[in-house]
Amino acid sequence: MSCEPWQCAEIAATKKANPIQKPEIAVAMIKKASRPLLIVGSNATQRWMEGKQLIDYIIDFANASKVPVVATAHMVGEFLKRGYQPAAFMTAMDIGQRVVDPTWQGIDGKGHPDLVMFVGLPYYMEALILSGLKHFAPDQKTMTLDNLYHPHASWSFPNATLEEWANNLKVMTSKFNEGGQ
Amino acid sequence: MTTKNVHVKIDEMKTNAGLIKNLELSIGKVISDNWTEPMGPTPMPHISTLRDWDMKLLNKYKPFYMPDCDLCCLCTYGKCDLTAGKRGACGLDIGAQSSRIVLIACSIGAATHTAHARHVVDHLIEKYGRRFPLDVGGLNVKVEAPVTRLVTGIKPETLGDLDEVLTYCEAQITHCLSAAHTGQEGNNLDFESKAFHAGRMDQVGMEVADIAQISTLNFPKADPEAPLIRMGIGSVDRTKPTIMCIGHNVVPSVGIIDYMKDSRLDDKMEVVGLCCTAFDNTRYYDRAKIVGPISWQLKFVRAGFADVVVIDEQCVRTDIFNEAEKVKAPVIAASEKNCMGFKNRTNDPADQIVDDLVSGRVPGVLILDPDKVGEVAVKTAVKIAPIRRKLNVLPSLEQVKEIAKTCRHCNLCQRSCPQDLKIPAALKAAAEGNIAPLTALYEECIGCGRCEEACPQKIMIHSLIVKAGEKELMSEDNLCRSGRGAVSDVEIRSVGGPIVLGEIPGILAVVGCANYPHGGKDVYDICREFASRRYIVVTSGCSAMSAGSYRNEEGKTLYEEFPGGFEAGGVLNVGSCVANSHIAGAAIKVANIFAKRNLRGNYEEIADYIHNRLGAVGLAWGAYSQKAASIAAGFWSLGVPVLVGPHGSKYRRMLLGRSDKPENWEVYDARTGEIVNTGPAPEHLFQTVETPQEAMVQIAKLCIRPNDTWKGRAGKLSHYIDLHKRHYGCMPPDIHMFVRTTADIPITMKDEIVPILKEKNWKESVIPDPTLLPRMIRKQKE
Repeated sequence: MSCEPWQCAEIAATKKANPIQKPEIAVAMIKKASRPLLIVGSNATQRWMEGKQLIDYIIDFANASKVPVVATAHMVGEFLKRGYQPAAFMTAMDIGQRVVDPTWQGIDGKGHPDLVMFVGLPYYMEALILSGLKHFAPDQKTMTLDNLYHPHASWSFPNATLEEWANNLKVMTSKFNEGGQ
Repeated sequence: MTTKNVHVKIDEMKTNAGLIKNLELSIGKVISDNWTEPMGPTPMPHISTLRDWDMKLLNKYKPFYMPDCDLCCLCTYGKCDLTAGKRGACGLDIGAQSSRIVLIACSIGAATHTAHARHVVDHLIEKYGRRFPLDVGGLNVKVEAPVTRLVTGIKPETLGDLDEVLTYCEAQITHCLSAAHTGQEGNNLDFESKAFHAGRMDQVGMEVADIAQISTLNFPKADPEAPLIRMGIGSVDRTKPTIMCIGHNVVPSVGIIDYMKDSRLDDKMEVVGLCCTAFDNTRYYDRAKIVGPISWQLKFVRAGFADVVVIDEQCVRTDIFNEAEKVKAPVIAASEKNCMGFKNRTNDPADQIVDDLVSGRVPGVLILDPDKVGEVAVKTAVKIAPIRRKLNVLPSLEQVKEIAKTCRHCNLCQRSCPQDLKIPAALKAAAEGNIAPLTALYEECIGCGRCEEACPQKIMIHSLIVKAGEKELMSEDNLCRSGRGAVSDVEIRSVGGPIVLGEIPGILAVVGCANYPHGGKDVYDICREFASRRYIVVTSGCSAMSAGSYRNEEGKTLYEEFPGGFEAGGVLNVGSCVANSHIAGAAIKVANIFAKRNLRGNYEEIADYIHNRLGAVGLAWGAYSQKAASIAAGFWSLGVPVLVGPHGSKYRRMLLGRSDKPENWEVYDARTGEIVNTGPAPEHLFQTVETPQEAMVQIAKLCIRPNDTWKGRAGKLSHYIDLHKRHYGCMPPDIHMFVRTTADIPITMKDEIVPILKEKNWKESVIPDPTLLPRMIRKQKE
């Protein structure tokens, strides 16, 4: 698995995401966070792994980890169709702008998230929002659960095949199912 | 207003007072002003004149920056690492640097439109004279140049008057760009304000260009019945010699069309165009054809049907000469701004140039005389067409299979593709004899060619995609309405009231380029959805082409299905890029003609009116260029929200409102001076949307304005709720923010909305006479 930006021109500069070599590491970091948040983009219904859509992997993960989900684009409808209620939904830019704001008290009004995860946005959009957070919320920890390396995140999985991605998500879900959050 | 340079010379004159010899008297300008409207407070604003207004908007809609690059490398102090709050050697931080990039983009865009206008106006003055009268719609258009009147305080009457307007714009754009120099502006919001100013200049420059060409070249004049034009390669008779014009400036094309008609060859050849030159060709000659948006020029050139390629300016692929050479099509560069390295043959005999092009001795030439461009292009096309007909320019399907076998599946093509298209998988299938996955890429491919640049095997991937999609490409035959130009005063009088009161739910302007995330069908779907809901849908540029590229269940294109007037349920194409000014012009004219607000040099008041009362939204679903940035900036400055598709996020800065911060949504009630909270209307000034479904929901919401009557608000909410339920599967969570009184609630939705209001502890509020400007308060608060 490579740690080059998936889109060739998306070159990072001086600060580059730490690679997540094993899904167990991601699980440990999520468990360590007290107020994690997962932002899910429109590719959630465009990516298929082993005959199952990404959104279904995400729902399994969210149910197991209890991490609140913010759906972007029209994904809220897709979640609701599957019987999952996201914590909130808004445009990707709106949630990005809120995360940058240190006074924002999170979706539930009880405090700013200390770990913001992304999955399933168009690669370039996700890269730009992560760049915005890197620059304007430098203390904010960010992580991507995609199979494409994102240099602007704090932590990112390296580029991986769909099979590896499916396995990563399944392992993460199973680790939460085993031990709870 | 007319201005004249006066020069008096007296060699010898005897008077009672004595003898006068060799007297020369020069007067810079004599101003003859018969425009009775009083001058407003800000004629010809300088870069800081409207700063207070800009800051009001920027305080309401704060920039959200997403830097594309962590570094600044604009001066030799650098590269400077600006990551996470570090300042560069000049002292600039990443916020200011990000806004500086926005300013640079908007200045480039404004300079491009204004330089285009300068070329057009100078050429037309030379041809028709300075006193040629402006006429953009006969008796139906008395407010001929609303943007120019508003910004400059000038009411242009002749071509010569436009000269002065452009001189002002040129100076302002120079100031804007100069502010981006190292060690000039240092504050991000001041950079943003200057970007707004560049947008204002851009709108004036565009308006000047379009009203000059409408007036002189007899384009459709505010005509809802502007001709329907055939569009697509399938509409082109490929047995005839074909000239393809690419770019934005119609002047060389006029030379081609005139020469072709004068030589009685108009039945014997085809003149087709890409992008705005295509539109303006059809506005001049309704038998010209449009082949499609400019972003896809690579596929149109590689399809090989053009015998001669004529390029003018803006958005032309800079490797077009290489591409045209591959299909043995000579290139004529016809703009000083885009010489492409060709030898300047302007002063050579036409027949000699034709011989050189037809024989292949030179792949292209630069000709800066439009009449000569016409003669050379027509003669070359006629001579070279029979030779080129013998060429096979695309690989055969068997060759596609063989070429695909050379793919090493390194994934670099996909990783270089802006769309992340699954090219390696499609090539693998093609190598195995299944062309279908490659064909499926055809619609989504934007034709940038980055895949080929990345391929270590030098596979002509784009050509393989074009071949796989050849059947679709060659069968594209649709209809697009030629650009109608301005919106007439008569139309404004008919719809001004219903728009401002909210009874027409909104104006949706679908504009800009073709860098779409999933092909052009999304543009068609969005336009059709809102036209069916009786919004006014205005199109321009490449988006106008995409809107006309699909058909309904009855086989009708959008322009056949809906009327072309500025009316509820109308779909009107104003024309090329520079015709975007008519969209801003229509908004300005509502304030002037319907609301009787003075235009002249009265920018703040008119922008305040538009921002608070006019439910207009721009959608640039495939915006890619700096010109699109400056066009958007002109609308931001007027307080009109603009949405971009997902690739538009690469403009790297959004202007976003915060619906969760009530203090952001306060306006003055001009009647009382009271501060009233109106809710997030409109919620954003510049926003990226990810999918067409999200775009539709956002459009409906962004048409809401503080001034809506209860009836208008109820109508707008019903559209918002309906689209939200359809695409998001639930009620909007923010509905309580848009209900001011129970009368605002759509009657059929009362049972759903009232419980939500109770749950949210909703309280009734007043409908204000909204303004952001304290000076507009009629009764000052005690």
